[in-house]
Amino acid sequence: MGEFEVHRVRFFGLVPAGVRCMAYQHRGCRLALARTDGAVEVYNFAANYFMEKAIPGHQARSVEALCWAAGERLFGAGLSGDITEYDLERLRPARTVDGFGGPIWSMAANNDGTRLAIGCEDGSVKLFQVVPGGVQFEKNLDRQKGRVLCLSWHPSGTHLAAGSINFIRVLDVRSGNELPQRGSKKRECVVWSIAFLSSGTVISSDSFGRVQFWDWERGTLQDSHTVSTSAVLSLAVSEEEDSIVVGTSAGATYQFQLLPVKAGGQEKRWVRTKPFQHHTHDVRAVVHTPTALISGGLDAQLVIRPLMEKVQKKGYDAVLRKFTFPHRRLVSCARKARLLLFQFSQHLELWRLGSTNKTGTPHSAPPHLQGPEHIYCSCVSPCGSWIAYSTASRFHLYRVQHEGDSISVKKVPGVPKLLLPAYQLQCASDSGRLFVASDRGSVHVVQLLEPGGCKHLHTICVWCCSGTREAVYLLASSADGNWLAAVSGDWEVHIYSLKHFKHHCTVPTYSCAVTALAIHPATNNLFISYSDQQLFEFSIPEKQYTAWSRMVQNSGLHKLWLERDSPITHIAFNPKNTSQILLHDVYMLCVLDKSLPLPDNNTLLVNQSTLKQLSEPARRRQLHAFKICKKFQPLLFADLLDERCLVTVERPAVDISAELPPPVQQKKFGT
Amino acid sequence: MAALCEAFTLCGLGPTGGVGLGSGLLALEPGADPDHVLLTDRGRTATLFKVSDQKPLGCWSVKHGQIITCPVVCNFETHEYIAVHDNKVLRIWKDKDVNLDKVFKATLSAEVYRIHSLPHAEPLVLFRGGGVRTLDVLLEAPQQEIENVISDELKTIFFLSLCKYKLEQQELSNPLCFTAYIKKQIITLLCLYSSNSVYKVLIPLQQNSEEEEQTLSKSLLLNLSISGSVLKGTSFVVLDKDHVAVLGSLAASECLTIWNTKFQTLQASKELPLGTSGQLWCYGEKFFFTHGKVLTVVIYKCETSSLAAAVGKLKDSQTSDLSSFVNWNTLGDEELLVSCQSQQSVALKSESKMMVILKPMPCTSELHGISHFQDASTAAVEDELRQLLSKAQRPDFQAAIGCVISALINRCKADPMFYPRNFLVQMIQKRELSYSLCPDLMAVALEKKDVHLLQICLQRFPDIPEEITYACLKVFLSISDDYLERTDVDLESVISYIDIEPNNKEVKTEVVENGFSTELEEDGCDVTGMKETHMMDSVEFCPVGPQKAALLNAVLHSAYSETFLLPHLKDLPAQQAVLFLRYLHYLYVKCSEKINTTLPGVLSPTISQIMDWMCLLLDAHFTVMVMLPEAKRLLSSMHKFVRAQVRFYSELNKIEGSLQELQRIKCQKDSQAYSIEVLELI
Repeated sequence: MGEFEVHRVRFFGLVPAGVRCMAYQHRGCRLALARTDGAVEVYNFAANYFMEKAIPGHQARSVEALCWAAGERLFGAGLSGDITEYDLERLRPARTVDGFGGPIWSMAANNDGTRLAIGCEDGSVKLFQVVPGGVQFEKNLDRQKGRVLCLSWHPSGTHLAAGSINFIRVLDVRSGNELPQRGSKKRECVVWSIAFLSSGTVISSDSFGRVQFWDWERGTLQDSHTVSTSAVLSLAVSEEEDSIVVGTSAGATYQFQLLPVKAGGQEKRWVRTKPFQHHTHDVRAVVHTPTALISGGLDAQLVIRPLMEKVQKKGYDAVLRKFTFPHRRLVSCARKARLLLFQFSQHLELWRLGSTNKTGTPHSAPPHLQGPEHIYCSCVSPCGSWIAYSTASRFHLYRVQHEGDSISVKKVPGVPKLLLPAYQLQCASDSGRLFVASDRGSVHVVQLLEPGGCKHLHTICVWCCSGTREAVYLLASSADGNWLAAVSGDWEVHIYSLKHFKHHCTVPTYSCAVTALAIHPATNNLFISYSDQQLFEFSIPEKQYTAWSRMVQNSGLHKLWLERDSPITHIAFNPKNTSQILLHDVYMLCVLDKSLPLPDNNTLLVNQSTLKQLSEPARRRQLHAFKICKKFQPLLFADLLDERCLVTVERPAVDISAELPPPVQQKKFGT
Repeated sequence: MAALCEAFTLCGLGPTGGVGLGSGLLALEPGADPDHVLLTDRGRTATLFKVSDQKPLGCWSVKHGQIITCPVVCNFETHEYIAVHDNKVLRIWKDKDVNLDKVFKATLSAEVYRIHSLPHAEPLVLFRGGGVRTLDVLLEAPQQEIENVISDELKTIFFLSLCKYKLEQQELSNPLCFTAYIKKQIITLLCLYSSNSVYKVLIPLQQNSEEEEQTLSKSLLLNLSISGSVLKGTSFVVLDKDHVAVLGSLAASECLTIWNTKFQTLQASKELPLGTSGQLWCYGEKFFFTHGKVLTVVIYKCETSSLAAAVGKLKDSQTSDLSSFVNWNTLGDEELLVSCQSQQSVALKSESKMMVILKPMPCTSELHGISHFQDASTAAVEDELRQLLSKAQRPDFQAAIGCVISALINRCKADPMFYPRNFLVQMIQKRELSYSLCPDLMAVALEKKDVHLLQICLQRFPDIPEEITYACLKVFLSISDDYLERTDVDLESVISYIDIEPNNKEVKTEVVENGFSTELEEDGCDVTGMKETHMMDSVEFCPVGPQKAALLNAVLHSAYSETFLLPHLKDLPAQQAVLFLRYLHYLYVKCSEKINTTLPGVLSPTISQIMDWMCLLLDAHFTVMVMLPEAKRLLSSMHKFVRAQVRFYSELNKIEGSLQELQRIKCQKDSQAYSIEVLELI
């Protein structure tokens, strides 16, 4: 196929925020995760662990605890003292209620999801009722000295266990009375996490590195395990209550299981069974699903470790998964101007790529966009003279002027008042229009006017034709400016004619999340990648899947392709060769050549190094459609600048760990 | 997997039994409680039974001279019982009523055929003339006129929607029993014909043209034949979407059978030696039928069939099912098949249709002379099998395939002309088979010298015995290259390093990277320089043809245990051993040319496989090799090559530190923030 000039960029200084807390919803197989910067993400386990929803954070909104309640409603509480309900359709906080107890350290929902208990800085435990349209204060339970760091409901919903510094209390929910309290008073012992089992056992984990089992009625210690020299920060119990997982500040997680003392005997004890070391820093959150242990750490990693004895067959779920980077594109590229725009949580960076014939370094011109709100999305126009971004409440458009090597950024006045936030921004290839994805499946079309103005042209609304309430999260526009494809949160792909501002057609529904899509500049075929790693090509003019796409579905993709970890986050096309498509995920870059045969399961999928050794005729026999390069890792972005020029943006793991605080010192053998 | 469980007697039906007074059973209807049934005899009495307790709860009878003409049903809404006696007199009563003379009575204008009662619906009264009324409409005006819609000549069926359809006429057979259910706005009518098959008729629920008489086409759902003999069904019920139960007579005795309609297989059967009345009812996972002079209840279970359930992989599966299944060796055995059938073995039945195809291999001796006919039959069998296998994937497919292949092989053995090669190749390539699943397959292929099949087997089967591996090796080495050129062998493992164009022996362009060169060799302690270069030439070119090389690669690729292979390997003729060793030497040299010491291509042997086989072969033939003059040159060349390699690696060890430093520098270079590089994609 030939050689590419690769601009290998490693200066994107993204440091993903650490994982603060998690909540797993058993029925919907969804995991909600909050990061230390207040961002909330929802992972759909049924769609190959795809990060389905992301709600960017806010400087003033920290999230200390997350709960699913009343079915599929998600609540968060944090040090601001508010209980926040998240709107998972419009991807923003829906409403907040003040807890009136100072910063909230913990929150727990009872088994049927009708009540929330919060533990506050002032030592109080408050109950809230989950009602349609919000939460309602119900009562205060007895107040004690010391912040309530963790809470757990008894499965029957009659009692609450609360852990604070030096104390574990069990509270009767109806009377609000307190039962005998337990704790040590010698040294300050922080109870970090607590669980209340239906048998009446209270499990606590504390800053001394102990996991302790208490009998709540008598208040006696039944069992104590010291798992670590540092604190045990998090704890989670399986639904059957026969297994727990704990996470320590040394980055290790341990599984405990309730096992018979003798084989076949009745007497059972908690035994520490499996240690795992997947993290380098604090494991602040753990979750125990029926088939896997999930841990999230301050090193920003989400680790899903399947329990092999619970997995019935070898498949996607039976493999260890690690996620560090969001399943979203944070980089946008101005192909013509050779600019890269990096999106951070609170600022943007614009860089110019260098060239080989001139001696020059890349330039950066970070527009000053500081504010308390985090950025939802951003984009740079292909010509490089427009930059747009959106936060939860504001939409900004900038005009960039290049004078030689210097850059001046000027705010465009009179930006139309649109329904905000925007979830995705996309500039037309002639830089004349900006597409703004909004909620309820609508897309605003904004015309960009020289020398620095804009006008709201039209709003296309999916809601009118499909009734979706979900926000649009991905956009793709065609090079000829006639078509626009939009994906809303219910995974429907709608295609609009931009000539008539009319709905053109809908891509047949596929039961998986769309991870990336793009419209081919020459053929107007829409190329879609799904989170189960399937690839589809849909002809917009003909309103049907193309012959190639049908052929792919008939013969099936390679097994190793389908078992890949991370979703494809960007699709680009070779402007000169219509059969070549560039795809990438975090671990690989692939040029898909549609003119070549598909590999079957017996052929080598990643065969570049083998091909290099072969003679020309042998090579021709071995060629297949997927040309995969794994040289660039972890890859956050890759794009074709022109036919023979690639840009890749990497974020080496070493660079991230260098920016994290030093981990807990651990003695290693032989050092 | 459906199964019949325990049976018990609900009540006696004889004159002494108290019920029915010997006049037999009219019908059985469900009672208000799931555990209750209403039994109506052909005389005057209706009895309510509690099935689990096997005792009657109530009994009602009409006056002498009157006769109940229509089965008593229960109105599920009101918990009342409805009966018709003397064709026209309707009676409705409750549990607490004792005397039927004193309960509600209505005399109708037409003769009632049946009353249908369904949960959550008003009971429907079907008149003998075909008219239908709901009970409440009827009771408003009992004397209303009832239309006559059935004409006797036609076999017509009436539905509650009052549409009239005509069924396709079937020659020589009559419908015996009907049943129907509604699913997705379509009425599915199942119909048992006297031709011993069950037909399915789909009737859409749209009432487009009520006047016109539509003719419905029917499709064959199930053929009630068990390995040749035919079950003469008398009545049947639908259990779920895949299962029906048929009561009928097989050969002499009557039996109750459960059939899977999806797979066309018999799932369970129970012999009823005392005879039945031919009626079968089924309420709440229980069959009811008369057996001899008693009303018998049989509990059944009906679950989806799966292999996982059979071999115990499925959770909560019952271990008792296991025993009837797992002996794979006996699966193909027809005698056993028959005996299994009589034991109601459920697993084997699922293959019965396939066996039916394979079994009529009538007198193979007759077909011997007529070769073209034999060919046709091979093709026919292949076709038939392919069609069968192209049907939907089933959970117990793997066992079925093993069974089919064993049967095919058995026939191959019996009849030398029969050899469905294409089908076998396809089977091995597509399905995850193993040697133990079809043990005789490779033996037959060896006999037929079908090298392609053997190659695929060696590549795919994980569990080939060493004896067979050796036999394959021997066959491969003994077949001439000329013969092989004409056969179809998968060359994928060799095309990457052997030039398959025969006349294109051009100079090798690849750079010798891994430390071996003739110069290095020169400084050794050899004396015969001329001979040396001659030897090198022979290493440059493959000593065997590409086809043979591909076959030998397949042998190298297969798993083996040294202890078991060595005794067999000793039997290899010396000439063949030398040839094989020469090929291994060639591979070894080829491997060492590359930095990563791997051969390119798919399924090509790894260096450790090559080395292991080399050592094994030398161990097995050590004395012979030392004696043979032509082996001497080969051995000395190999010795030199190995020595050169050892020397090269020891040199590499010396500069290990420097190499590591180079590696470190390369890593450092990687950590630059920005670089423009060249990437080559092929």
